[in-house]
Amino acid sequence: MQVAHFTERPVRYLHEDEVLKNRAYFAVSNRHFDREKAADDYNYYLDEACYCEELGFDGVALNEHHGNPFCMGNVMNVEAAILARITNRVRIILIGNPLPTIKHPLRMAEELAEIDLISRGRLITGWVRGAGSEQFFNNANPAYNREMFNEAHDFIVQAWTKPGPWRYEGKHFHYRHVNPWALPYQQPHPPMWIPGVLSPETVRWCAEHRYPYIGLGTSLGPTCDLWDIYAEEAQKHGYQAGPENFGYLIPTFLAETEDKAQKLGRQFAFGGGQNAFSRPEHTLPPGYNSKAAIRRLASQPRGSWLGVSRDKLMQQRSGANPDGVNYDEVRDKLTQGYQRSQENLQTIVGTPKTVIPKVKTLLRVLRPGIFTFFSVQGQVSNEDRLTSIRLMAEEVMPAIKEYAKEIELVDPFEREPGSVKLQAETQRAPVVDREPLAALGLV
Amino acid sequence: MANWTEETVKVAGTELVLVRGGAGRPLLMLHDELGYPGWVSWNDALAEEREFIIPLQPGFGKSPRLDWVRSYRDLGGFYARVLREMNLAPIDVIAFSAGGYIAAEMAASDPHIFSHMVLSAPMGLKPTEGEIFDFLAVTIRTCLMQTVSNPEAPDFAKIYGGEMTPEQFELFEDARAETARLGWEPFMYNPSLGHLLEGVTQLPTLLIWGQEDAVVPRGCIDAYQKAIPSAQVVEIPRVGHRPEVEDPETFMQVVKAFLAS
Repeated sequence: MQVAHFTERPVRYLHEDEVLKNRAYFAVSNRHFDREKAADDYNYYLDEACYCEELGFDGVALNEHHGNPFCMGNVMNVEAAILARITNRVRIILIGNPLPTIKHPLRMAEELAEIDLISRGRLITGWVRGAGSEQFFNNANPAYNREMFNEAHDFIVQAWTKPGPWRYEGKHFHYRHVNPWALPYQQPHPPMWIPGVLSPETVRWCAEHRYPYIGLGTSLGPTCDLWDIYAEEAQKHGYQAGPENFGYLIPTFLAETEDKAQKLGRQFAFGGGQNAFSRPEHTLPPGYNSKAAIRRLASQPRGSWLGVSRDKLMQQRSGANPDGVNYDEVRDKLTQGYQRSQENLQTIVGTPKTVIPKVKTLLRVLRPGIFTFFSVQGQVSNEDRLTSIRLMAEEVMPAIKEYAKEIELVDPFEREPGSVKLQAETQRAPVVDREPLAALGLV
Repeated sequence: MANWTEETVKVAGTELVLVRGGAGRPLLMLHDELGYPGWVSWNDALAEEREFIIPLQPGFGKSPRLDWVRSYRDLGGFYARVLREMNLAPIDVIAFSAGGYIAAEMAASDPHIFSHMVLSAPMGLKPTEGEIFDFLAVTIRTCLMQTVSNPEAPDFAKIYGGEMTPEQFELFEDARAETARLGWEPFMYNPSLGHLLEGVTQLPTLLIWGQEDAVVPRGCIDAYQKAIPSAQVVEIPRVGHRPEVEDPETFMQVVKAFLAS
């Protein structure tokens, strides 16, 4: 099992009220940007990744977001390129390049090839559609999001593998001269791992391409269902899915004492946490969702969009919070949410002693070949962040790697995804183990 | 209350759903970016003397989407073909908001396709000042509220009152998705359209604008006036983006007078 470390590289100097006032991270004004603190933290987070390598993590992961203080990684490839030079052993895992929002797959192919070359073959590419807010920021047409994703992916694979010059005229991209002289170090190209949050369409696409799918901390029951969808699709393509096809990422924070861990781990909920990433109007731009997803949303009784009665039409729903909101009350609610999230095993906080069994449960249920710790958000000091990472590596990682070996969680480097043949008529092997869920009340 | 029907016609290489209602000379109506809102009082008022022909825009949940249509210019071309094949041109048109954009594209391409053109709060041209409201960046709830200055207006309540059903929600999302697909950038206008419209000199044109319009600024009307100096302009006070909903009587008077001229 591959064990990696991930951080959003959060902005740590912003007052929480600015995010709460805005009801989300996206669109908080950049008038609050601080160049000294930003410069400090871009450098600190790079040092943190090097520390992860020293401690023995198999990989360091980066992601990309635009226009919000939740994540400083606005041009992830810049950070990846630096890490390619200043690290020696870790895999550099990108979760992932938002293909439809960047809209220039040839440039993407060149950038990633350079990173792979400088790192001498340690890049793991990952492709994402980009969150709803990314479409607005980059002016990427949400109605063409999935088409652009598919076309860009197909183009990049060709650009990396088909000798040039050749000419490409697609639906969304046109290149009259494809002949990149930066080609990947890894052959035929770097591995591709696809992060996601419960989209069956994406999962089926991954299974078809034999790309490992990385669940981003999604709740266990639905994640099991999604893994099953992957495995069914895999069977249609003639192979048995296994741990080599799955990864899981989970918010984790460790400290020397339970009290300290709980107190600092609460920073995952800073500003509202992941749930406050962007407001509804930015989260699901028109055209972004498939028809099927819209239909599902429409039938949920308590969606933000339903119940547009004449009374409710009177209430403003878009935009920031009005003045006069009590943010301490909001903070209390967030703390409750944080507790619940731990009960659901969607946030793991504690000392190594309390964290190890929880991680083992995740591994037992989801059987991932790739496991990624997602470090704390909000305003936690360098020292406390590094302590958490050190405890992850020195205490938790050995225990969970041993357990992973016990239950045969092979990773994609030990066993090629898609290599285990399976006939259509044969009963496929399960890819998850739901038994612990009932005991935990998490069905 | 006039009788109206919804029918599917095989035309222009596809199936197009049309609402037809009323009796008399045909009148093409191009609905807005939220979709056909249903038959309301101003339709009744005109249906006594005109037959409405209301295509339900492809991709809005009824008529199938046309993948080859990738812009409002393409859509205008499609509708032009529909009119030719159904032998309806030249025809009077009344068009609302993004529907106005479509009509303008059709007129720019072939002024003879219309005998009168009524554009109510039309998009399609970059406003000389101000901006077209980014209705794609707000929730559907905010979007609807933005279109009227008085949500108590009877027809508005008739169309949008009560709980939104899952079907209605889906239709709204279809409409917004298709509008995003066609009008994403430049947002709801075409930089060349004004230039092309300058060549349209013989088409009687009426521009209607509610003075409280919070979606399409006066600058869009100014832009249309620049392109079509002979156009009549009527501003209706105390109404927003949908004068036909908020003040159907005034709207009807203005439209009837113009169509009769």
